[in-house]
Amino acid sequence: MELLIKNGFVYDPINGVNGEKMDIAIKDGKIVEKVNERRAKKIDAFGMVVMPGGVDIHSHIAGGKVNAGRLLRPEDHFKDFERKTTVTRSGVGYSIPSTFTTGYRYARMGWTTVMDPAMPPLEAKHTHEELSDTPIIDKASYPLLGDWWFVLEYLRDGKIEECARHVAWMIKATKGYAIKIVNPGGLEAWGFGRNVENIDDPVPNFDITPREIIRGLCKVNKLLNLPHTIHVHTNNLGRPGNYITTLETMDCVEDLADDGKPSIHITHCQFNAFKGDDWRTFESGAEDIANYVNTHSHVTMDMGQVIFTDTTTMTADGPFQYMLYTLSGKKWTNHDVETETSAGIVPFSYKRKNYVHATQWSIGLELALLIKDPWKIFMTTDHPNGGPFTAYPRVITWLMSRKAREATLKKINPKARSRSLLPSIDRELSLYEIAIVTRAGQAKALGLKNKGHLGVGADADIAIYNFNPETMDPSKKYKALRRAFKRATFTIKGGRVVVKGGEVLKHVEGATVWLDVQTSEEAKITEDMKRRFKEYWTVEFENYPVSEDYLAISQPITVKADV
Amino acid sequence: MIVNLYPLKEFRLPIVAECINPEIFQIKGQKEIEKLEVWEGNKQKRLGDLFKIEVTKVGDAPDATVITINGDVSRVRRVGAGMKSGEIIVKGDAGMHLGEEMLGGKITVYGNVLGWAGSMMKGGTIEIHGNASDYVGAPYRGCSEGMHGGKIIVYGSVGNEAGAYMRNGTIKVYGCAGQFAGLRMREGTIYIQKDAGTRAGACMKGGKIVVGGYIESVLPSFTIEGIREKVRVEEGETATGPFYLFLGDLVEHGEGKLYISKDKNPHLSSYEKFL
Repeated sequence: MELLIKNGFVYDPINGVNGEKMDIAIKDGKIVEKVNERRAKKIDAFGMVVMPGGVDIHSHIAGGKVNAGRLLRPEDHFKDFERKTTVTRSGVGYSIPSTFTTGYRYARMGWTTVMDPAMPPLEAKHTHEELSDTPIIDKASYPLLGDWWFVLEYLRDGKIEECARHVAWMIKATKGYAIKIVNPGGLEAWGFGRNVENIDDPVPNFDITPREIIRGLCKVNKLLNLPHTIHVHTNNLGRPGNYITTLETMDCVEDLADDGKPSIHITHCQFNAFKGDDWRTFESGAEDIANYVNTHSHVTMDMGQVIFTDTTTMTADGPFQYMLYTLSGKKWTNHDVETETSAGIVPFSYKRKNYVHATQWSIGLELALLIKDPWKIFMTTDHPNGGPFTAYPRVITWLMSRKAREATLKKINPKARSRSLLPSIDRELSLYEIAIVTRAGQAKALGLKNKGHLGVGADADIAIYNFNPETMDPSKKYKALRRAFKRATFTIKGGRVVVKGGEVLKHVEGATVWLDVQTSEEAKITEDMKRRFKEYWTVEFENYPVSEDYLAISQPITVKADV
Repeated sequence: MIVNLYPLKEFRLPIVAECINPEIFQIKGQKEIEKLEVWEGNKQKRLGDLFKIEVTKVGDAPDATVITINGDVSRVRRVGAGMKSGEIIVKGDAGMHLGEEMLGGKITVYGNVLGWAGSMMKGGTIEIHGNASDYVGAPYRGCSEGMHGGKIIVYGSVGNEAGAYMRNGTIKVYGCAGQFAGLRMREGTIYIQKDAGTRAGACMKGGKIVVGGYIESVLPSFTIEGIREKVRVEEGETATGPFYLFLGDLVEHGEGKLYISKDKNPHLSSYEKFL
């Protein structure tokens, strides 16, 4: 099928297109040079913004933990439900929508690629079942490998190459996309009711420190030539004073970067940019982190912006979730995933009038605005930890309009307002920069070659928003901007129009992307490993890997490793 | 404005009709009221498809709006949800979620009511002349924000978990109550004139529960504080005892007060030795 998008203002940062009026031609799901103008179906995007489909680098949309969150929170569902239409299925949930609703809501906003960032390898099958049930969007998942026993042992013994082969096998076995590290060492310690304090604190029972885990896996990542860097949720997340840990974490892999390529992605950085000794002296550490990132080129990060709403926090960071439970006194669940990782869920309400919450809100925006290069910081809310992804249009307006920020600043806690750096920041992101922080930058950081841009050969994933940058000033008309991003006029996925006027037209399946990492020598599946599976896992080794036919639409990317 | 609703048939499917609300009716004429949308099972219907509607007087202030439902509406849910003023009278049985999250006004039911009557209500009054089922004034499943204010009066009996997660307000039951009355309550008053099921006040942190009848046992996590001759139920109403006063629930470091009638519960006299 051929499609031609005419007259739109195109924002395609990877190809350097900044708001030029041009046509986009699509054939067989790919962007092409031109199509037969008479035969092609035409979309008139006159006076509208045309961008590549949105890419989300970090959003918890599937897996055991997300589903446990759904079970934990019936009250989250009963006020937000969608009934079925002739094309879409019904669904419920505000902060943790059901799989179908997740896909539809992303598509309605013009997002077409979403990464689920935390997949315990043991629950890989569950995660992929849910991902297969998430329509429209393409997705992938990062296996949690930072506290995986075998990795810890290989790194302790200094066997980097064997570790790399093992990680390659794990990524293939779990059909994962990148190496996710959550609170390195801390989750293993949490199995014994403990945590690690800083990146040089030894992990109990393993003679290794978080620093060695991060550096080791960073080297592994390089040996395997993985498209994304290591994806790190730092130690001490959510604790006052943790910005030092974040700086140390970034610093510890600086020497492992080459040719200016990033070597580490710090995720939901807002939660790791806290200054102060306790909650009373709590303040923003965004400036220090931004200064570091502005002077170094080996880091990318995402915001983890906080939205003032009732949401559900869920991370693999069990000890952090326990702390959050003791702080909030709300219900919680906690889970120790055998030898791999842990998880916790606590419902949470971010309140404007709360000093800490309001400061957190400010930190996220300070980071995004103080870091000068938009290719280094991406927009996320760490869905659903900072707020549901449906709040992205709101975050976009805060980034693009000083007036929108001031409107919210007026309503927040006065102490937080007086300490916030936001009033001193004049920067307003342009639509071009928004296209970077919501799509192009994320696709580039993820190494997705066919996503996040509109060059010839790219996947025809396109979002069209009804906002005329020639006649409207996003800084002043921020409400119109928010409306435009809330409901994309058109979302095109793989060359098919799936959303029109904010309504889903078609229920199409999205692909699951995974890495087929090819090592010169297969990882040794020793008898010892199988024996350990028998002794320590509830799942037999034979049932452990996820086979390719398990994915509804499998889209492997072949990666040639150096080992 | 006076509106009379007559069910056109015996309902067999659940109906969701939060549009039966004095404020919504107030600004509309008969034709518009008939066009209000409701759900019958999985089909969207108009209110006029299910009820015969008679509007007798148009105008007046919103608090003078009275809606009378004549007939059995036990399959109709969310009647009066979120109402702020006016009055709803149900001459028959009412369905689940009656007056959910209501802020003011009055609902009177001359019949029985199903679960979650006055769920999460913040103000106003609900008067039930029959029995009420489980979860009177309790929040929706999973939610920890119960009744925040207002008053629920039940002349019959109530089911389990009446006043769960209650934050304020009053629940008066002139009949018996099921198990777990005042589960996890924090503030407010629950008065049960007759017998109460076991585990009254489980995990309560504050507030007051008065049991005027028999209770099989008091949870072991409550301690006896003393004997009181009478206890105030609300402004201008006191219950005369004598009552045993228990404090708890200690597993939650609670300071809730549980008053149990001394005369009706001689088997609890062994507690007196701790006084």
